[in-house]
Amino acid sequence: MVHQALFIFFGLICVAGAINLLVQRHPINSALSLVVVMASLSLIYLLLGAEFVAAIQVIVYAGAIMVLFVFVIMLLNAGAEERTRGSHVALTLGGPAVAVVAGLLTWIMVHSNPQLGAVAIGPSNFGETRLVARLLFREFLLPFEVTSVLILIAIMGAVVLGRKES
Amino acid sequence: MVPLSWYLILSAILFCLGAFAFLLKRNIITIFMAIELMLNGVNLSFVAFANYWNQHSPAGELPALSGHVFVFFVMVVAAAEAAVGLAIIIAVFRARETLNVDRVNLLKL
Repeated sequence: MVHQALFIFFGLICVAGAINLLVQRHPINSALSLVVVMASLSLIYLLLGAEFVAAIQVIVYAGAIMVLFVFVIMLLNAGAEERTRGSHVALTLGGPAVAVVAGLLTWIMVHSNPQLGAVAIGPSNFGETRLVARLLFREFLLPFEVTSVLILIAIMGAVVLGRKES
Repeated sequence: MVPLSWYLILSAILFCLGAFAFLLKRNIITIFMAIELMLNGVNLSFVAFANYWNQHSPAGELPALSGHVFVFFVMVVAAAEAAVGLAIIIAVFRARETLNVDRVNLLKL
């Protein structure tokens, strides 16, 4: 019961933040509502017993990535966006299309509910860092090493792109 | 006990809101944030399935925690994407003096 109440509470905050991202005109408001979405998602991860994921959700997503976004918005002095012809087409065509997709997915989930079953609040030692790290450095060692190359390439790409052309 | 489908519905709603924001928004930075929202929606279903699999799977299958590792990889890719994408946005802004994607419709100036 408490689990359901907590899920509904944080889920509603999540959806409200996502809708606010959609409605707001100024990018800084959208960025702050995305931070709200990410913070409440990390609490939902805690409900699922994913402690490590909840921690890196706050540190990496709500911390590092969103600070980067806010920094760029401030740097470029971005103002409120203007509505153009393209966005009206997106509203009239994309809106119903996305609503149909969301409705269809929800319908499928509701109908497959009896087969899927339920999840309890995660056991406290389920997603702890030690177990995730053991999996990451044994079974997933090669993908983990590949991501380090990816990060290196991303850093070099960002430096090259951000450099002023002389 | 919360049905697994609730988590999946929340994930689908977040993904669809992100997709709609991607279509509707004209500011290139906000479009980028919509992509992050879609990635977050997918991450939620990964974590929900990890917990579900932990409670329901027979022993000897792929460890249920691999869902958490996938979320980790998604976050790494999102961080790399944000670094490169925001550098591209800054380069575009230097060339065009605008962030509106409708005014950035030619490759060549």
